[in-house]
Amino acid sequence: MDAKFKIQRYDPESQEGTHYEEFEVDLPEYGSVLEGLLDIRDHQDGSLSLRCSCRSAICGSCSMKINGESRLACKAMVSDIKEVQGDIITVEPMGNMPVIKDLVVNMDMFWEKVEKVEPYLQPTSPEPEKEYLVSNDEMMKLAVAMNCIMCGACVSDCTVLEVDKTFLGPAALAKAFRFAADPRDGAQEERLQSYNEPTGVWDCTRCFMCVQACPKDVAPMERIMDIRSMVMENDISKNDRGQRHIQGFIDGVKHSGRLDEFGLARKTFGFPRWPFELAPLGIRRILRFRMPPLIHKSIKTAKNVKRIFERLEV
Amino acid sequence: MPQHQVIIVGGGLAGMRAAQKAQELGIDVAMISKIFPTRSHSAAAQGGVQAAVSEDDSWESHAYDTVKGSDYLGDQDAIEILCSEAPDDIYSLERMGVVFNRTEEGKIDARAFGGTSVKRTCYVADQTGQVLLHVMWEQLIKSGLKVYSEWFVMDLIIEDNKVAGCVAMEIPTGKIEVFRSKSLILATGGIGQVYSPTTNGLVVTADGQALAYKAGATLMDMEMVQHHPTTMQANGVLLTEGARGEGAYLLNSKGERFMEKYAPNMKELASRDVVSRAETMEIREGRGVDGCVFLDLRHLGRDLIMSKLGQIYELSRDYANTNILEAPVPIQPGHHYIMGGIKTDVDGRTWDVSGQNRWQGVEGLFAAGECANVSVHGGNRLGGNSLLDTIVFGRRSGQGSSEYAKSTDWVNTDESLAIRDAENKIKEIFARPAGGLRTANLRSEMGNAMNEGIAVFRNEEGMKKTLDSVRSVRERFPKISVDNKGKIFNTDLFFVLELEFMLDVAEVIAIGAIERKESRGAHAREDYPDRNDKEYLKHTVVNLDKNGEPKLNYIPVTMTQWEPQVRTY
Repeated sequence: MDAKFKIQRYDPESQEGTHYEEFEVDLPEYGSVLEGLLDIRDHQDGSLSLRCSCRSAICGSCSMKINGESRLACKAMVSDIKEVQGDIITVEPMGNMPVIKDLVVNMDMFWEKVEKVEPYLQPTSPEPEKEYLVSNDEMMKLAVAMNCIMCGACVSDCTVLEVDKTFLGPAALAKAFRFAADPRDGAQEERLQSYNEPTGVWDCTRCFMCVQACPKDVAPMERIMDIRSMVMENDISKNDRGQRHIQGFIDGVKHSGRLDEFGLARKTFGFPRWPFELAPLGIRRILRFRMPPLIHKSIKTAKNVKRIFERLEV
Repeated sequence: MPQHQVIIVGGGLAGMRAAQKAQELGIDVAMISKIFPTRSHSAAAQGGVQAAVSEDDSWESHAYDTVKGSDYLGDQDAIEILCSEAPDDIYSLERMGVVFNRTEEGKIDARAFGGTSVKRTCYVADQTGQVLLHVMWEQLIKSGLKVYSEWFVMDLIIEDNKVAGCVAMEIPTGKIEVFRSKSLILATGGIGQVYSPTTNGLVVTADGQALAYKAGATLMDMEMVQHHPTTMQANGVLLTEGARGEGAYLLNSKGERFMEKYAPNMKELASRDVVSRAETMEIREGRGVDGCVFLDLRHLGRDLIMSKLGQIYELSRDYANTNILEAPVPIQPGHHYIMGGIKTDVDGRTWDVSGQNRWQGVEGLFAAGECANVSVHGGNRLGGNSLLDTIVFGRRSGQGSSEYAKSTDWVNTDESLAIRDAENKIKEIFARPAGGLRTANLRSEMGNAMNEGIAVFRNEEGMKKTLDSVRSVRERFPKISVDNKGKIFNTDLFFVLELEFMLDVAEVIAIGAIERKESRGAHAREDYPDRNDKEYLKHTVVNLDKNGEPKLNYIPVTMTQWEPQVRTY
């Protein structure tokens, strides 16, 4: 099977700058993009740099952008790509991380974020003499997050990190979930409090890019949502706008049967900040005749809505 | 110049476990790894880790299975330590956060595996190695271990047969540094890329074995190379023994469960050497398809497969285009592991402190994990014993090296000399005229030759041919030239250095194999089909002599309570 590769090259030691080079290779029927790159490196241009090892999607070394999507090169089959996306396979280094050379990026930022979530079990005391007795279901609930191989694909495609480097990001927060949800961990409350801070779970915009990028079905965004639920359920201090926003939604609909736009904004920003922070937006909306009513009216069947809430909460 | 009491080379499970123990003992320890630690090949171990944790099991039974599995070449004192210390190590891993699958009572569950008399393999679905590796890494973040990530160790620095440190190159910058240490643990893993194909990752290039051998340590039983019964044809990637542990069948082209013929009691769950030979026989006798037999999981059902063998489902789909819920997947024996390695005692020391000069080593040099040979695997390793080996003997070497470092002084050395040698070596490679031989071509020539002559079945003629090929590659090795002469992330350069490591080790494997004129464990000779305890119940040891040539010798196997018996499954 013939395949055409268009590879982004960059060598800080040369004057050439970032550019693309094209290569043609002949691959076996089920050849991966990684096999193509190795063939190029081995037989055409040994100066091509990339990270790779296991060839079986478990070491997490070979994440890169393949036709614009962050994927593991070893898991991206050339024949599938050709069928769906056309003949030329464009390969570029991961995003949101600085390029060292060719397809190799500096992942320091990635590891620093993971370290920030205190990614290690903080056992309850006293520890058992042998193993903790926990159910298989409780363990397997964590397995979905343990599938993470730290490849960086989710971080590479994260749209929040693109504009806000302080966000902990999908990989670190998926790891955070793994500990917050572990029945053997003794620091759950402190964890939830820290993941609840600005730069934490509320900064996710739910764009789904990380879910799509993850090669191991960790679905980091869903793990972030899991932590959000745990934060809400465990009554962690309401110091984050994201959390107050959700609570405001719930409270408004529960009491009046529909969204209270103005009330929601007040709750989200909190007193005494809201009059200052909302003033510019308020003025703009008044000028465009789009100000929500200051006095919020309930719908006629609000009582029924409230009953639904009460039943769900039981 | 970085300086630490103990330096560990290699960031896989054995290295991490050693680091953890050294830190616990309050030693200044650091780790050097040519890749980020979680990229290590320990992650690829799928099926599980052996330990007698269930009530109806005992460590003695585990030890007996291991001795028998080793075809009586394992040292029984070391095997007793491995198996008796296993349960406590597994419990401590669980308390660190490993999410082992559980029994109904919430205890650690165990599955069946090849060559074990009871269900003894503790597991995390089919990703046990990855979870263990990540949990150990988490522990090292917690304790703040200093890790020199993406540093390639080029040479050890030895003065008067004592470790003084090592010289390494930082891959992202090309900077060369000397690392001083009182003791040094090699935990660099296996030799995978010496073979083509192999289940092992591209970074598994025999670095530790070659560094130790060159430094004067002993390589032992290197001819004992394991071929795993279930690897995929397309790229050699592993499908776990856990599949057979959960009940999968091996079928030939006629749809027969052929293992009934070769191992009437254990069938698919016989030792790996036995199953790999049976598969090869079936294929040779025309009952294979395109060089493969089949692994059939269909009768296990979707629920079991998806919950316990999900990775196998994915790998078969991606690399063999097979849906294992609906069809058997073609598999063949493929290179997987080396039982042989750097000869150590049960505390990881490469040198002999018994006063009997049984083998040669370097004072202060330790080894653990696959690159070491304690020897607990002998002629054939049981599945699930390699993870255990890294955990138990990683810990013990961490302790041994810490105690050694506390009791000894720094060894003087001229660092500038080591740096100059390393720089000259690189300069010489860069100075070669362009258009020379390509590293990849020589590497695959070596890999193919090894896979042809020293695989599941061996004979004198084939092995000698392999040795000739390896030596011929070595002769042409200086004619390799590189395309990249830069400093930054120059993988082109360190592939040359890796190939040099591998060629030394390939030669030692071939020499040991030719001279062991019997069949034992993974070393199955067509010209000597029987085990010969009278002449070969002994370890092959190889050292580099003064002229730079390999010198072969033998040392006795340590026996405690198990006399050799006929080995059937």
